[in-house]
Amino acid sequence: MNVEITSQLQRTIFGWLQKSYPNEGGGFLLGKRDADHLTISEVRPITNVFAAEEQFHRYAMTPIDWARLEDEADAAGLALVGYYHSHPDSPAVPSEYDRVYALPFFCYLITSVQHGQAAECRAWQLTEDRAQFLELALSVSP
Amino acid sequence: MTTIKIPTPLRAYTGGNAEITVQGATVGAALDDLLRQHPDLKAQIYEGDRLRNFVNVFIGDEDVRYRDGMDTDISASDNLRIIPSIAGGAEHIADRQPMERIAPEDVTLSHDEISRYSRHLIMPEVGIQGQRKLKAASVLLIGTGGLGSPLALYLAAAGIGRIGLVDYDVVDETNLQRQVIHYTSDVGKLKLDSAAAKMSDINPYLVIDKHNVPLTSENALDILKDYDVIIDGTDNFPTRYLVNDACVLLGKPNVYGSIFRFEGQLSVFDAKRGPCYRCLFPEPPPPGLVPSCAEGGVLGILPGTIGTLQATEAIKLILGIGKPLIGRMVLYDALEMTFDTIKLRKNPECPVCGEHPTIHELIDYEQFCGVPAHDRSDYKVKSAEQGIKSITVHDLKARMDAGDQPIILDVRDPHEWEISAIDGSLRIPKGQVVVRAAEIPRDHEVIVHCKTGIRSRDSIILLQEQGFTNLVNLKGGINAWAREIDPSQPTY
Repeated sequence: MNVEITSQLQRTIFGWLQKSYPNEGGGFLLGKRDADHLTISEVRPITNVFAAEEQFHRYAMTPIDWARLEDEADAAGLALVGYYHSHPDSPAVPSEYDRVYALPFFCYLITSVQHGQAAECRAWQLTEDRAQFLELALSVSP
Repeated sequence: MTTIKIPTPLRAYTGGNAEITVQGATVGAALDDLLRQHPDLKAQIYEGDRLRNFVNVFIGDEDVRYRDGMDTDISASDNLRIIPSIAGGAEHIADRQPMERIAPEDVTLSHDEISRYSRHLIMPEVGIQGQRKLKAASVLLIGTGGLGSPLALYLAAAGIGRIGLVDYDVVDETNLQRQVIHYTSDVGKLKLDSAAAKMSDINPYLVIDKHNVPLTSENALDILKDYDVIIDGTDNFPTRYLVNDACVLLGKPNVYGSIFRFEGQLSVFDAKRGPCYRCLFPEPPPPGLVPSCAEGGVLGILPGTIGTLQATEAIKLILGIGKPLIGRMVLYDALEMTFDTIKLRKNPECPVCGEHPTIHELIDYEQFCGVPAHDRSDYKVKSAEQGIKSITVHDLKARMDAGDQPIILDVRDPHEWEISAIDGSLRIPKGQVVVRAAEIPRDHEVIVHCKTGIRSRDSIILLQEQGFTNLVNLKGGINAWAREIDPSQPTY
């Protein structure tokens, strides 16, 4: 499975995640998926409307947000294809916590943000037996 | 026949279909039918024979957990939806500031703690994960008095990891009627020390920070910044506005509770998701309009109720369960025994949390409210103090002994006359001094008193507006008289 993202979208994600640092940031990936390819065409951050310059914030994403986003994607002929989030000062490798909460057939794009800078970005998918993540090939097009 | 909408990643298990038609009279029955049709879904959404805790089932826009769970009845027109929660989402408090913080999943619970909290752990809504969240959380209690007492006791019991206490006051006998964390043997001790001792005894795992200072614009941001949830248990308006503004500026939720006589109010102000205190009360009341507990009285049990409800909201925020009172206020009337809920709206013009805020730093709240925040304050109610003469109880006694027969005006309420009184005084409650002004001599000095000197001062201001120039305030009121001149009378 090959995951494709444009460098512009990746830069956008990095910008948001760097801004959230030292807190985690996250959001959704929209695009198209078939047996071999996953193309990310849009990204939607989960940020609280009032986040502004605040250093400390919590997520206010509720399942209703997922539902709304999924409906928008379905209506636009796109799909919710994955979720991106940051690991502040730790590697871009899924944690046990990530595994317990993950679903298969979904691309988890993890970015390691080290001291405020996006350092590494890797894509993962949960196996159907839920035992582990397999890494997906990530290509960033210009 | 009802439909269930399937989240995108799991449509691979339903042949690509986003919606599946199912039969069943309850949510549980509908899910059973879904799994009969598509058995491979089960391993993804169930752990054993229960839904994984990050898998939510909605009926319309309501999570079935807040109805009857799997037993929720469904009708033909209902739409069900399975929606996953996202890790790192609303449940995950990420805060890595200087105060040593750990994420809930890195918290360890010892065997003793597991035993201690077993009544929490066996509830699916809490579980070990929830108890870890409580232990990873830090809560700041501003005030360890009437509201602070039940807050401190219950939050300690619940297993919060760290509780900060802000209070500079000393335990006084008049506190014991309602501040149940303090005992008779604590009178004279710092409230912080008294409270912390009981909290540690309830829960030795608790870390307690003592902030033995009045909260001011100079220190508020620094003190509040390390805590996840702020709980306002204060008793004066300048501090309420200070705490509100600091919480908005720092992005912290503020669990608000207030009491007055037989009534209480409760809400959660989280400016990122709803209104703040200023959205409701943009201006403080005129000085002197709303009496403090010392002046207006309070049913002792009342802060027990409201403080415990504040603790409930704090725990809900930390666990991420239930519906916190963001955008709502509960109004409690103890005499009627009613709880009413009203909706609160965020004010888009709010100067601190609105779309175009004008307040970006903490201001002088005592000046804003026109009253001192606490009795160590340097703030003098300037305009009111001008032109008010006063006399001490000793000077009054000296004049009486010298054969003077001063005219004394007692502006307290009738039920207070039975407690203590000065013989021969004229009695007109403060609320009536203006309409009954004709009964008050204008050509002879009149010494005005109340319980402690505040209502009498306010009465003099009102009467001076009616042209009186002969009024003198008895400093310390009848309590000072009873303490220093006539100990046969009680203080209260």
